[in-house]
Amino acid sequence: MDAAQRAERRRVFLSGVRDGVPIGLGYLAVAFSLGIAARNAGLNAFQGFLISLLNNASAGEYAAFTVIAADSGFLEMALITLITNARYLLMSCSLSQKFSPDTPLHHRLLVGYDVTDELFGIAIARPGYLDPFYSYGAFLPAIPGWAIGTALGVTAGSILPARLVSALSVALFGMFLAIIIPPSKKNPVVLGCVAVSFAASWLCTVLPLTKALSEGTRTILLTILIASAAALLFPVKDEPEQQKEVQDER
Amino acid sequence: MNGKIYLYILVCAAVSFLIRELPLTLIRKPIKSRFLRSFLFYVPYVTLAVMTFPSIVNATSSPVAGLAALVLGIAAAWLGANLFQVAVGCCAVVLVLEFFLI
Repeated sequence: MDAAQRAERRRVFLSGVRDGVPIGLGYLAVAFSLGIAARNAGLNAFQGFLISLLNNASAGEYAAFTVIAADSGFLEMALITLITNARYLLMSCSLSQKFSPDTPLHHRLLVGYDVTDELFGIAIARPGYLDPFYSYGAFLPAIPGWAIGTALGVTAGSILPARLVSALSVALFGMFLAIIIPPSKKNPVVLGCVAVSFAASWLCTVLPLTKALSEGTRTILLTILIASAAALLFPVKDEPEQQKEVQDER
Repeated sequence: MNGKIYLYILVCAAVSFLIRELPLTLIRKPIKSRFLRSFLFYVPYVTLAVMTFPSIVNATSSPVAGLAALVLGIAAAWLGANLFQVAVGCCAVVLVLEFFLI
């Protein structure tokens, strides 16, 4: 590799870092509230750090905490992680079209390690093929922000007064609402899905047969049922935009 | 229990890893099935909704405060508040209400 290539690689890496800093700061805040949930499930600060370092997923980790808190089985853990992180499968499929075909395997594996809503978003927005070093730059503030934020949340949950912990424990749900409500406003099918999900989830906790289900099992069953029904009744129309654009470039 | 937590972490980390890596390494193709694409599109909304309610009501010391946070969170997000504002708003409602309720 000559000096010009090295300089280019550094430039791309640094522009990744620049785009990653605001994401990392946001992650610190979100992970903090996730840490409160982790502590409620019985994880210590190191375990919170580790699960965030290895998973990089908000809903997926929250779901994992409900499984740990309920002391449910490992199969349930695997299934709920699959369901709550299923959207990353879609993102990775799209991202695989964004790589130059001669991108070596180790670069694919490393970039794939931290496919999240935000990091996928900035990677797919890059013009042309994705340079893995851009993603590595963005990971530099994002990965520690997420893992350290979780550890801080666990620690704070043990130190802060109960009143504050009670208030902070709804922060994560507030973020979930901020993710599902704006698309509901634009897309009536999504609105219907959210409304049916709320109602069905509540019904499951009061009806005699389903009352005994753990929170994890309820999430798995309802997600498969409701999302399948929506997909059959209201299939989405086009290929995702980004996928199409990248394919057209070839 | 402590050792079991590490096993739990290992299981969910392995699944998260495979979900992200398989399409980038072995599959390397866009998903053709319209049903599967539609299913994956709806999944996050359903999952997050199911996990939010009724859990939010049981997360707080007083269920009334949790319910109020849910209502305010939905209203704020509907009216265009961003992620951070919605989250802080929900926390504030619980903090203030629980001052009176407990």
